Amino acid sequence: MSILKQREALLALAILLLIGLVATRFPAFVAPGSLVNVFNDTSPLILLAIGQMIVILTKCIDLSVAANLALCGMVAALMNGAGVPLPLILVAAIALGAALGAVNGLLVWKLGIPSIVVTLGTMTIYRGVIFLMTNGAWVNAHQMSDDFKALPRAVILGLPVMSWVALAAIALFTVLLTRTPLGRAFYAVGGNPHAAVYTGINVGRTQCLAFMISGGLAGLTGYLWVARYAVAYVDIADGFELSVVAACVIGGVAIAGGAGSILGAVLGALFLGVINNALPVVGISPFWQMAISGSAIVVAVAFNAAQSRTPGRIILKPQEAR
Amino acid sequence: MTAPANRLIPDRLQSPLTRALRSWEAVLVIVAIAVFVTNAFASPYFLNAWNLSDATFNFTEKAMIAFAMAMLIIAGEIDLSVASIIALVSTAMGLAIQAGAGVPLLVLIGLTSGLLCGAVNGFLVAGMGLPSIVVTIGTMSLFRGISFIVLGDQAFTGYPDGFDYFGQGYVWWVFSFELALFAVMAVVFWALLHRTNFGRAVYAIGNNATAAQFSGIRVARVRFILFLLTGLTSGIAAICLTSRLGSTRPSIATGFELEVVTMVVLGGVSILGGSGSILGVVLAAFIMGMVTFGFGLLNVPGIVMSIFLGLLLIGVIAVPRLLRGK
Amino acid sequence: MNPVLSLRGISKSFPGVKALQGVQLDLFAGQVTALIGENGAGKSTIVKVLTGIYQPDAGTITIDSTPIRFATAQDAARAGVTAIHQETVLFDELSVAENIWLGHAPRTRFGLIDRRAMRDGAKRLLTSIGATLDPDLRLGDLGIASKHLVAIARALSTDARVVILDEPTAALSHKEIHELYDLVETLKAQGKAILFISHKFDEVFRIADRYTVFRDGQFVGEGAMADATEGQLVQMMVGRSVDQIFPPRSHNIGDPVLTVAGYSHPTEFADINFTLHKGEILGFYGLVGAGRSEVMQALFGITKPSKGAVRIDGQVRVIRSTHEAIAAGIVYVPEDRGRQGAIRGLPIFQNVTLPSLTRTSRSGFLRLAEEFRLSRDYTQRLDLRASALDQELGLLSGGNQQKVVIAKWLATKPRVIILDEPTKGIDIGSKAAVHDFMAELAAEGLAVIMVSSEIPEVLGMSDRVIVMREGRIIDEVTGSRMTPETLVRAAAGIAEAA
Repeated sequence: MSILKQREALLALAILLLIGLVATRFPAFVAPGSLVNVFNDTSPLILLAIGQMIVILTKCIDLSVAANLALCGMVAALMNGAGVPLPLILVAAIALGAALGAVNGLLVWKLGIPSIVVTLGTMTIYRGVIFLMTNGAWVNAHQMSDDFKALPRAVILGLPVMSWVALAAIALFTVLLTRTPLGRAFYAVGGNPHAAVYTGINVGRTQCLAFMISGGLAGLTGYLWVARYAVAYVDIADGFELSVVAACVIGGVAIAGGAGSILGAVLGALFLGVINNALPVVGISPFWQMAISGSAIVVAVAFNAAQSRTPGRIILKPQEAR
Repeated sequence: MTAPANRLIPDRLQSPLTRALRSWEAVLVIVAIAVFVTNAFASPYFLNAWNLSDATFNFTEKAMIAFAMAMLIIAGEIDLSVASIIALVSTAMGLAIQAGAGVPLLVLIGLTSGLLCGAVNGFLVAGMGLPSIVVTIGTMSLFRGISFIVLGDQAFTGYPDGFDYFGQGYVWWVFSFELALFAVMAVVFWALLHRTNFGRAVYAIGNNATAAQFSGIRVARVRFILFLLTGLTSGIAAICLTSRLGSTRPSIATGFELEVVTMVVLGGVSILGGSGSILGVVLAAFIMGMVTFGFGLLNVPGIVMSIFLGLLLIGVIAVPRLLRGK
Repeated sequence: MNPVLSLRGISKSFPGVKALQGVQLDLFAGQVTALIGENGAGKSTIVKVLTGIYQPDAGTITIDSTPIRFATAQDAARAGVTAIHQETVLFDELSVAENIWLGHAPRTRFGLIDRRAMRDGAKRLLTSIGATLDPDLRLGDLGIASKHLVAIARALSTDARVVILDEPTAALSHKEIHELYDLVETLKAQGKAILFISHKFDEVFRIADRYTVFRDGQFVGEGAMADATEGQLVQMMVGRSVDQIFPPRSHNIGDPVLTVAGYSHPTEFADINFTLHKGEILGFYGLVGAGRSEVMQALFGITKPSKGAVRIDGQVRVIRSTHEAIAAGIVYVPEDRGRQGAIRGLPIFQNVTLPSLTRTSRSGFLRLAEEFRLSRDYTQRLDLRASALDQELGLLSGGNQQKVVIAKWLATKPRVIILDEPTKGIDIGSKAAVHDFMAELAAEGLAVIMVSSEIPEVLGMSDRVIVMREGRIIDEVTGSRMTPETLVRAAAGIAEAA
């Protein structure tokens, strides 16, 4: 555990350093309002990274999260247009997201298809379905009701609801992972699937549940995203799945499964969020974002590998006194 | 059991013909014929030499990459950065024309920058021992990201005369340069995978990399070369595609990686590594190209085609497993 | 006394294999029953049936005379049956306490895992078996022996009535094995019914009260340990007389081929010196984990030694990869056949020719006719049983797979062949074929190194035996000193009797 803890401390330090560096030139960046803004901007990434982290824990990967988000967001917007009350929309978005996640999970569980193939496929299917529903039309701000758009922006105790949702998810899933049997099962399935079976854990079912959590979070984020930006169309959050995977890898989640923490994934997301928000402040084109997150993935995965490299067997006695 | 001490074990259990008739490739041939016949009945414009020739552009560039990707997947690795390599290579060539490069230099730059991208992936995976899925998800962002840094929302145009031949030229009658190149590459990759020591090493590594290493195969070197090959073929595809479009945008070839992987899997290559053939990939390329073309003739939008691809990717693996009762 | 758990008429088949055919087994409270049988006798299948991993095709399981069905692993655990496996099946990323309680953790009022109760419980269980481990430690940071203790604590945490120990001593040191014996006594005293699976007779005679013997998936016999002799048990196991016959050896030893001097590795072995001659079989004996395989893998270019020189025919050779080792004439038949030796998905002939492709091919292009010829030559010499050379290797039995792996190495025409536990896990018939063949190779002038943990095999086949302990050569045994006692004492670090 100690290595992991160290790693998260290291990442937190890197984030603080980054903020400090920007602040030396642009002090306004560290104003409380600005930092709240950075956190709020990063909330969708945090929500999806939490779900992705759980999926990766179980030795799988979910590349369909962004498409899932877009589809659920569009359904939420269309329901709003049809006059469905907001609480119902929220429930529907989460349920639909979880159902789409279940489709991934069932294909992995029941048919044993590798998750990367399944989600590469469903990624295009889910986005295609948006097109089939709308014929490519946009849902714009004026087609959305005011309460629908206002919810994520409403400020409670100085923080927008979107940030509160992210904080709630962090708390909820930290408890789930560390304090419930299901949470420990996620680690067990990824760490040693063979042994998990002997412990009475159903590996496929656990993986399916991970996909449903990832999907449900994507559904919720879909509503938040569409409502906050007040627009829904086929291509929203296009390519966002890469940032989500990047957040996890940077956060020290082992791609081979079994190791990682919510805190790590959240810090990974914040690292990317701070960079994305700092770029315009220091006057670098936002076109740099993609390359930076790409390099961050590569550096992080190399770093993870270097840390977890197992030393050779130790057979010789440590004392060489002879 | 009283067998003579030195019984003769036959070389082959089934004749090569029996084996061929029972193969996945035989299924693909039937599917290809079915698609062809359906298209011919569905649209009066289908059975026309020039229309058919046009249809080949739907798959030639992707199939070139698919050959190298098939070998990579057989060896148990994957490269999701191929479409981004196209973007970066195309951008590099765009920069070169800004500097006034001629056609031969453009081609050289295209090939070397493709190889270079492949070398980056190869170094990270084979040299440093990192998992290829994450590495190439990373370089997928990185390579296209560099294109975005260079181009932003701009585009390179103004490719010199003569450069259009690679994507628009015809070798003879309706046979385009791309189709001819596709055919040549199919033969070269077939020979490389099925007829050389290198190809045998690829299968050995995909089946059991540790045992392959214990058998004296230089596993890291083979993996590195395979990434070089996907880089090189992506570079070739980038030359053809850039020539065909006549311009470079950072969003060029978006989603190609999905189609390439689908083509490889449809061609019967096991996504878990260890088995597959180049013939299967060729047939899969034809099928996907003709289906796309058929949808086009029926005015079905491109995004619907991509739903179909997604279903195909999952279906090809799922259906045999369902039939086997898992 | 009635048995706690009783199996009757249990059968289980897999495609092509009848793993169990109507076997029976009784376990009694406070007694240790040893299950004895060769590899392939059905021991691991019965463990999987008992723990709910497999469902038997026929037969009944009764607990306290009540019939019961284990549909899942959890059903078995709930009924009080728990197993401790050969490889510890635990989770490196979880803490000691979490490993003990995974699947049945104590809960708080709110349904969450009660971490304090979990930690206290773990401490109590560990103390009851005499272990002083911090329950909060990450399991991955512990050694194998400590992991075993955690596994046993886990077994006790379910209030199990039946404890299965599946070859628990395979990876333990001498001292740790004795601690395990004490632990078994503790469990007996607590009234647990214990099933002890082992192929080491000394262990069985030491701790078991009763025995049950399986052979080829069938029940052969059972009885009280006190009434049994080693010879009887072996007879039941193999179904023929005890004396293992080893082939006659020519002992025609020639010039030195391989000389290893001052060979050292930072963590695995130190100061290894030996010379291997033409026509010689040199045995390497030692406990599991003594560093024998590690020395061999360094010689074969898998790992990198830090010091020392390797000479072949007097010439210094630097070996940095398996490719260079093969080129230098050294080949290695690994112990872990499934992972390192056989490529199950490839046809037999492609397995055989894999390291020899440069010879069978022409300028990089394959020549299939050559490959078939080469693989036929060598597989025939080993008396391979297969229906065709293009059959997938994975379809053959373990013994025949091993023959293919050995054929693969001989086809490279090596100077030195290293066989690491060459007969581990293969049937008796194949075992004899491998032994005969080793003798034949040596007689033809090949230099052979055989790493083996089976004393009869080491003594029966070798001209000389080197004994290793804790990464060093402890003794070299020749001539009249080649007795089981000498080897065991040297390997365990006990002084020779005066």
